[in-house]
Amino acid sequence: MSYIEVKNLSIGYDGIPILENLNFSLESGDYLFILGENGAGKSTLMKTILRLIKPISGQVRFDDEAAKCKIGYLPQQTEAQKDFPASVEEVVLSGTLPHMGSRFFYGKKEKETARVNIERLGIENLRKKCFRELSGGQKQRVLLARALCAADKLLLLDEPVSGLDPLATEEMYELTEKLHKEGTTVIMISHDLNAAYKYANKILHLSDEGFFFGSLDEYLKSSEGFNTQEEEGRK
Amino acid sequence: MIETLIKYFSFPFVRYAVIVGVLIALCSSLIGVTLVLKRYSFIGDGLSHVAFGAMAIAMVLHLSSNTFLVLPITVLTAIVLLKSGSRARIKGDAAIAMMSVGALAFGYMLLNVFSVSSNVSGDVCSTLFGSMSILTLKASEVWLCGILSLLVIAFFILFYNRIFAVTFDESFMDASGQSSKAYNYVIAIITSVIIVLGMNLVGSLLISALIVFPALSAMRLIKSFKGVVITSAIISVVCALGGMLISIIFSTPVGSTIVMMDIAVFAIFHVIGMIKGR
Repeated sequence: MSYIEVKNLSIGYDGIPILENLNFSLESGDYLFILGENGAGKSTLMKTILRLIKPISGQVRFDDEAAKCKIGYLPQQTEAQKDFPASVEEVVLSGTLPHMGSRFFYGKKEKETARVNIERLGIENLRKKCFRELSGGQKQRVLLARALCAADKLLLLDEPVSGLDPLATEEMYELTEKLHKEGTTVIMISHDLNAAYKYANKILHLSDEGFFFGSLDEYLKSSEGFNTQEEEGRK
Repeated sequence: MIETLIKYFSFPFVRYAVIVGVLIALCSSLIGVTLVLKRYSFIGDGLSHVAFGAMAIAMVLHLSSNTFLVLPITVLTAIVLLKSGSRARIKGDAAIAMMSVGALAFGYMLLNVFSVSSNVSGDVCSTLFGSMSILTLKASEVWLCGILSLLVIAFFILFYNRIFAVTFDESFMDASGQSSKAYNYVIAIITSVIIVLGMNLVGSLLISALIVFPALSAMRLIKSFKGVVITSAIISVVCALGGMLISIIFSTPVGSTIVMMDIAVFAIFHVIGMIKGR
């Protein structure tokens, strides 16, 4: 059985499907890019994989290894977070909560995990800074550090580079690539075809007509990949 | 002035009132931080109006202790509101507006039709804006207020880290296998408890001020969650205590005096915040 297997999955809200009969599977260590237009159901798919939304039909199956590990999730930023008074340290520490069981307060282990991940993402100098005063790129790093506190084997990133300037975007991709090389399985939603060509080993392209799933090479040869390349060229 | 205070404080019911007032202010500031940051302040406001309606029912029914009817009704409303509001925010918003204005009208109607005392407008006024009624609290109500406040504070301290998580990012919490829903319900229940308790102190219209102002003031200047929680607790306690003392000395209405204090502190913090340039 595959690491993550999506079988005959239909997703949507209130029983109205956005996407139907989705099938694909991932192996441990894969780097999947989910591409597609706005409204194609990318975020909905990610939320379904995370079990935040119930599928309309079909299923998402994790093998024993995947089921054991907690998932690190980097959601799109919410409205409430824009003026939220919280220090970087507080945000990152909250990522360790899933490992706390029934304990109430952070212990040495949680603080150590937070420290390690803060260093891993190179944001030691921001530790005491206020989250709302950070730049877009810094915020995403903080949220990624939080996700890594929750899990470092499986990461789901929902448009991690949206709203970032080119430099911060590049840094974000490099960071993710580093984590991927360290053995993390990554699922990323993005609009960025060039990044997909550069980093992904598997592509899931969602569109109104259906979906494409395959390796990067297959995608480049397929009509979907070809069409989007053309469109990119015309722009 | 000092003599007035000493004279008043020689009565045990005044001491009770002050203790209960401070506890309620403390609780409302704690929950207020979460409500403001989660964009739930309007739920608090709606609930306080529902509590007024429930209070009217209790008065018409001649219940000996109103709290025992008002509390369950308000808690129930909070749960219903959260359930309907969690999916479509705008619909929930309108539902709250409807419910709160409906409860106000209903309550006022009840009090007028089944007029229980010769002074209906006086009753209405003291329910809406609070009165010196905190000085006439029965011992049983003081105990109830005290115990509930201490429970709320204990909960807040124990679950502080999880309250932070659910306030900051619900979907992250859900994704990592913890249920943000459960915490949301507990927060809604606590909010209604605080509103009902606070009605005795500042009345149902002004209780929102007790919830919202300390948190907003603290957020002007403080940049960490822990700092905001602690600062708003201090602001709220100081304002409640100061407001009660002032109202005793100058015989002003308790509720309005406390809220005036809160507004003044907010103004000061706001100006300092502007000067510091953010």
